[in-house]
Amino acid sequence: MSDENVLIKVENVQKYYNGGAIKALDGINTEIKKGEVVVVIGPSGSGKSTFLRCLNLLEIPTGGSIFFEGTDITDAKTNINVHRQRMGMVFQHFNLFPHMTILKNMIIAPMKLQKKSEAEATALAMELLRKVGLDDRMNAYPSQLSGGQKQRIAIVRALCMQPEVMLFDEPTSALDPEMVGEVLEVMKQLAKDNMTMVVVTHEMGFAKEVGTRVMFMADGKQVEEGKPHELFENPQSERLQTFLAKVL
Amino acid sequence: MAEWLEQIQAQFELNFISDDRWRYVVDGLSVTLKVTFFAVILGIIIGVCIAIIRSTFEKNKGEMPFGFNKVVLYLLNGMGQIYLTVIRGTPVVVQLMIMYYIIFASSNNKVLVAVLAFGINSGAYVAEIVRSGIMSVDDGQFEAGRSLGFNYVQTMRYIIIPQAFKNVLPALANEFIVLLKETSVAGYVALQDLTKAGDIIRSRTFAPFLPLVGIALIYLVMVMFFTWLVGKLERRLRNSER
Repeated sequence: MSDENVLIKVENVQKYYNGGAIKALDGINTEIKKGEVVVVIGPSGSGKSTFLRCLNLLEIPTGGSIFFEGTDITDAKTNINVHRQRMGMVFQHFNLFPHMTILKNMIIAPMKLQKKSEAEATALAMELLRKVGLDDRMNAYPSQLSGGQKQRIAIVRALCMQPEVMLFDEPTSALDPEMVGEVLEVMKQLAKDNMTMVVVTHEMGFAKEVGTRVMFMADGKQVEEGKPHELFENPQSERLQTFLAKVL
Repeated sequence: MAEWLEQIQAQFELNFISDDRWRYVVDGLSVTLKVTFFAVILGIIIGVCIAIIRSTFEKNKGEMPFGFNKVVLYLLNGMGQIYLTVIRGTPVVVQLMIMYYIIFASSNNKVLVAVLAFGINSGAYVAEIVRSGIMSVDDGQFEAGRSLGFNYVQTMRYIIIPQAFKNVLPALANEFIVLLKETSVAGYVALQDLTKAGDIIRSRTFAPFLPLVGIALIYLVMVMFFTWLVGKLERRLRNSER
């Protein structure tokens, strides 16, 4: 690929269910550059989560291609596991491993996949834990944490693999309202540190403040895309206007 | 009262002391333990393998593109299904005799034959127990593992199986208790296990009460000890989540 700065290139990606009866994604095209924070918004069922999950192939697209660092990861010959190590993902329901301590949750992947020593992996994990203010909980189990704490751990667990890009799938949707702020704060800090991020969210405030680009999806299509202030202040399509009228 | 005690004592001497008959019990117990131990291990190995194949099949049959892998998975799953149907559909005694008189007709190693027969039998039940455990682990756990870059096998090994194991521990313990007692039919192929030992003593002394109740007590103590052990393990595993 010519442009060095393009991290992920999405070419006409489709995801069909029931042999095409349901079109969850209907031809998505986009480029995600290094350092960008792309926020994907849209009504429920618009395909935004499906789109995000296609980026690391948790969903396998029915058609189209996705290039990550120049490699076509939708090619059956590509070893997706190698590329996933460079793409962190944060889920709506945290998905921490309940049978491991917080520290073990964070160091298992670096130790097993990057062959780091326990000391090395622990050092990085502790540094990240300190950043999110949870270093005192390193020996706790996930069930002992609050939702906000769990999600902060989920974020730093993904960061322990030192990924090139972080994918967020509605990271605050399962949280009590008073815990949303602490998670968004961590994400904002991450954006400040120049992490490339793709965020599916309903937090319009976050999209406006942190997003470098906002993508509005509906019915499996990109309806509108642009800088946050353009999109929010001057929506072009009727779909986006009605959507914003409802959520803002 | 004293007379009754004396009688028991005489019976005890007749059944266990004279002619060193206690040796039957000790040897039989060691055979039973040996067969059970190795059959449990074999059962776990077979069971976990079949469970992984079957749950992999169930989770992925829809998503997988047609190709070599899919054909292999379908074949493995089919073989697993046949194994489960045959093993669970026939009595263990018949399986044991088929193993001894037909498949290993040329071998004289009865312990090995019994281990194979009981292990293969137990594997079928373990497979379904472990499969239910794997299916009970939330899909999100699997996705979290894969998203970090673990491959399918690593995700199973580090993330899914440990959680599945904890979920099914009581059912597994039950299966092993059943297995321990099931080995008592090993006498059908003239293997001198604990039950056979009691039976031999009974046939020599013509006094059935002590030999039979005696071995029954030994089984009971073993099962109680095992239950206590599993309870301890279960508590330890559960504590790690609080």
